[in-house]
Amino acid sequence: MGLSSDMTGETQIIFVHCDRIDAAMAIQFKEDMRAESQTPAKRVVLDLSSVEFIDSSGLGAIVASMKQLEDGRRLDLAGLRPIVEKVFRLTRMDTVFRLFASLDDAISADAD
Amino acid sequence: MGSNCKQDCLDLSFPATQDQASDGIATLSARLAAHGLPDSKADDVKIALAEAINNVVEHAYAGVAPAEVQIDCCLCKDKLEIQITDTGNPMPDLRLPSDTLASVETALKDLPEGGFGWHLIHQLASEIQYERRGAGNLLRLRFDFNEMP
Repeated sequence: MGLSSDMTGETQIIFVHCDRIDAAMAIQFKEDMRAESQTPAKRVVLDLSSVEFIDSSGLGAIVASMKQLEDGRRLDLAGLRPIVEKVFRLTRMDTVFRLFASLDDAISADAD
Repeated sequence: MGSNCKQDCLDLSFPATQDQASDGIATLSARLAAHGLPDSKADDVKIALAEAINNVVEHAYAGVAPAEVQIDCCLCKDKLEIQITDTGNPMPDLRLPSDTLASVETALKDLPEGGFGWHLIHQLASEIQYERRGAGNLLRLRFDFNEMP
């Protein structure tokens, strides 16, 4: 699985370069996120626009990715496809994460 | 499967490993779409199907040699019936797990990282039936299409 990242001001944007985050790759995703998010960025935005499917294991891995951020930083999510957004909504995780329709929306929103 | 409609049936089986399940779910979703599964239901079916298959991989075959997962789908005008069979361990107490979801109104460190699967299936399927049959499990999911979106 592939992740890459960019810095915009004090915000780190992590891009997911695969079409699913599911049980087959959840553990790898969580480990890759741990490595990728070891930066002093004040805010981390995860761009999910390439992700066409997520299951409960993938959702759990995204939750774990936020919990493992240091200093209680939040993880914001951008570019959710309808099916991905639905998994967040049905599990009420849409109330835990800040969801943005696009990366531009996420970047222009305040850090907190 | 007890239906009286003219059915369009398809089936798929694959070894119960996570990688095979991941590809199997994608394959089956694409085939169901090609057979006319309404777009409005496609996401619900894919989410529930993935959870049901992952449960087989992670729980039914936990601690035993993974065998096959067999999936039989029958598509009617107004519903889709899916039957998932495996030869693994029975469900706890031979019953369907209930629809419980850990609270998300909690401190960040206490947020649940799992336990979402059955909640999703219960939310999305119109009916769920489980049966222990011989040395195997039989799970039936039905999705009705006539509900208001």
